[in-house]
Amino acid sequence: MTLSGNPSGAPLEPDTRIDPGGSQPTPVLTVRDLRVGTAHTEILHGLNLTINGGERVGLIGESGSGKSITCLSAMGLLPDNLSTGGSIRLAGIEENLLEMPEAALAPLRGSRMSMVFQEPMTALNPLQRVGRQVAEVIDIHGHGQSHQSSSARAVELLDSVGIPDPGRAAQAFPHQLSGGQRQRVMLAMAMANTPDLLFADEPTTALDVTVQAQVLELMRRQVREAGSSLLFITHDLAIVAEICERVLIMRHGELVEQGPIDRVFSDPQHPYTKALLAASGLEVNPSTGRLVTLADLTAGPVVDPQPGSEGEAAPRDPADRPERTPFRIHESLPDGHQGTIVFNRAPASSGLAPAMVQVTELTRTYLRPGRGLKGPTKVPALRGVSFDVREGQHFGIVGESGCGKSTLLRMLTGLERDGSGSVQIGGREVVGQRERNLRWLRQEVQIVFQDPMGSLDPRMRVEDIVTESLIGVPRSERRERAQKILLDVDLPADAVDRYPHEFSGGQRQRIAIARALVNSPRILVADEAVSALDVSVRAQVLNLLSDLVDAYGLTLLFVSHDLHVVRHVCDTVAVMKAGRIIECGPTDEVYDSPQHPYTASLIRAVPTLQVA
Amino acid sequence: MSAPTSSEPTSTARPPAAAAATAPARRGGRLNAMLITGAVMVGVVVLICIVSFLWTPMSPVATDPIDRLQAGSAAHWLGTDGLGRDVTSQLIVGSRIPLLVGVVAVLIALLLGVPWGILAGMAGRPGQWCMRWNDIVQAFPPLLLAVVFAAVFGASTWSAMLALGIGFAPGFARVTRSGTIQVMSREYAVAARAAGRGPLFTAIHHVVPNIRSIVIVQATVTFALAVLSEAALSFLGLGTPAPTPSWGRMLQEAQAYIYNRPTLILWPGVAIAWTVLAFNLLGDGLRDQLDPRMKERR
Repeated sequence: MTLSGNPSGAPLEPDTRIDPGGSQPTPVLTVRDLRVGTAHTEILHGLNLTINGGERVGLIGESGSGKSITCLSAMGLLPDNLSTGGSIRLAGIEENLLEMPEAALAPLRGSRMSMVFQEPMTALNPLQRVGRQVAEVIDIHGHGQSHQSSSARAVELLDSVGIPDPGRAAQAFPHQLSGGQRQRVMLAMAMANTPDLLFADEPTTALDVTVQAQVLELMRRQVREAGSSLLFITHDLAIVAEICERVLIMRHGELVEQGPIDRVFSDPQHPYTKALLAASGLEVNPSTGRLVTLADLTAGPVVDPQPGSEGEAAPRDPADRPERTPFRIHESLPDGHQGTIVFNRAPASSGLAPAMVQVTELTRTYLRPGRGLKGPTKVPALRGVSFDVREGQHFGIVGESGCGKSTLLRMLTGLERDGSGSVQIGGREVVGQRERNLRWLRQEVQIVFQDPMGSLDPRMRVEDIVTESLIGVPRSERRERAQKILLDVDLPADAVDRYPHEFSGGQRQRIAIARALVNSPRILVADEAVSALDVSVRAQVLNLLSDLVDAYGLTLLFVSHDLHVVRHVCDTVAVMKAGRIIECGPTDEVYDSPQHPYTASLIRAVPTLQVA
Repeated sequence: MSAPTSSEPTSTARPPAAAAATAPARRGGRLNAMLITGAVMVGVVVLICIVSFLWTPMSPVATDPIDRLQAGSAAHWLGTDGLGRDVTSQLIVGSRIPLLVGVVAVLIALLLGVPWGILAGMAGRPGQWCMRWNDIVQAFPPLLLAVVFAAVFGASTWSAMLALGIGFAPGFARVTRSGTIQVMSREYAVAARAAGRGPLFTAIHHVVPNIRSIVIVQATVTFALAVLSEAALSFLGLGTPAPTPSWGRMLQEAQAYIYNRPTLILWPGVAIAWTVLAFNLLGDGLRDQLDPRMKERR
């Protein structure tokens, strides 16, 4: 057994290997005619792929395309109820990995090939110290001489993945580390025995953009230094552009296109690749002013999109936005500023009617229960947030996880009663009111939630879901209105009698939008409304949302961690950090010339489709 | 959150028991068998109970001192007891009381426990106080409660049913509360609030349908417990008074003849064991069938 793919002594410069004119590359992993299926359906239909030594390959596909299954097949980690066919060969191993017994396969995992999972919290043992978990990987494969030496090596490894104070971190439990640090630990474990091949299955999807950028950089460096090959699985094309050299596009269990990144991204051959690129770049069709969707491109010529209810959903012209909302002031919180700035508020002298939503000094502090004799600790979620949203404005709120945007949204919609400050909607106070005094609010403000799986009751028919907010309306009329609103969101009227599980993710989000719009609210709040959707569906739902917001004349509050989406949807954006708004202004201005350094770093960290 | 790739294909193509002979498929097959076996066994008991109203080989209460303690024969299939009553007929008619007590006790427990659990689950902090009351009731074993009731109100089928119903209610409350908390943490419950719906609407339209399966399972398992408890009470003479036949009292009466005619103990014992096993199997089978987590594992 030779480490042919991993000359760990003198790593070849990886870049020379993919050079077609250079020396013949050595394949590390060869997959031939891989078929995976259940007793009833085939999930992978004869997959062929080769990964060469030191090569970084991206595997792209939407949910259900079979990309994770591919990776699990190679690791021998498929669920038992799936049957396999074809062959997977690892350099230096004679046998087909698919036919090897578990006992022969286990020593390869973690030493010749290893894997980083999407959710580091569940992939780490919550009851074992991090250092021990890393040392265990070394011990299992017999590389550690003694308990002490492997523990010392574990600290070294933690240091190499950039964890501050690795000695102390080794003594920590996973929940005491941040998400980014946990993923670094996972990477340290995966790279502990310098594997020939590293599988990374959506390793940064659960991370914030700035952390994601750091982890990606680290991963690229680690893989390059160890001379390992990388198979990076993701649904995000921009990430692949950052980290990989070659890309494989997968759809419905088949590879539809593969090639070097710059070729595939600049000159895609397969219509699906083209559509995917357009959709993930949120490209706008110049003739209609709408986002390019998968359907547009795969169906050939662009058909006139279905208009809204009465066809008043005219193509959106970004130029007409400033007229609608004349006062959009670009401001940011100066460094060390402790006072309050009311963002986006028109001066009293302007003679405009007061804003639709006026948020003043909103503060919310959670109490984290103490342990033992220690009293509860205060965790500030919102630290004095003030801003205005004018009627018809498309107001975006961006920020990383834990910045307080969800709390802000819950207080704004009266779903959380504790906390201080004031939220006035149409001149009426929301904060501190009893539920029965908020009936008016439930008519005026509606919410679209992030996860269409969780926000639709699985045991309710669509008719009942959609018309939930129609209180005291007779049954026949409810049905009629449900059918009408479903047509508005491009779903068939007969969907009323079906249950949520019969619909795809995008369709479910349409149902959620229909539910929000059925009683004609004035304000629509979207909480990460497209974050759980696939790229191709995302564009469609965003198109629909813009159409409906225009058709119904809604004021939109769009909360998201995805700066890209916010830029497309919103005319005004507020950036949140640690419970405060630090910058707010017209979207284009904020994105093009951010005033606050945090905003600048946030925008820089967003992966782009441009190949580096 | 964005791409649950691995779960989607496997879940859409969840293999029924007919999958290839891999380990999980075998396990799936056995789980299904548990449900079917339980259902068939329960069906047999229920059928016997129905038949008892239409026909019995002999009168279950007619005594015949000359033919007492007989072995099985063409006239008396399972023999006769100490008073010369036909054991077969007693066994058949004896199924009525356990089933009646089971149904009514479970219904009482359901009606008390489920609303209480939903209340506790939806009320937040006050809900925890609801659960402390629950703990107090749960501190009294149902059987003890039944003994107390029999002492206070006199031994009857009703006192037994009422006491067992009250005694089993905290179990339902507990299961219901945890299910309710789960439902209330889902976004559709928040969406109902955002739609302006009150707690009553949420309880009826969101909570109840979504906790239905766990409550059904709890009911089945409690039913088995109720049957067992009824047998114990009748054995102690604190349940249904004579001459109405019940398996528990048959056991108690057979005690005197344990050395002359041990089979007199055997038959009611088998009947009780059969019924309890039947409902336990049905409960376990239902749980595996209805619990989505178990489904995923298969």
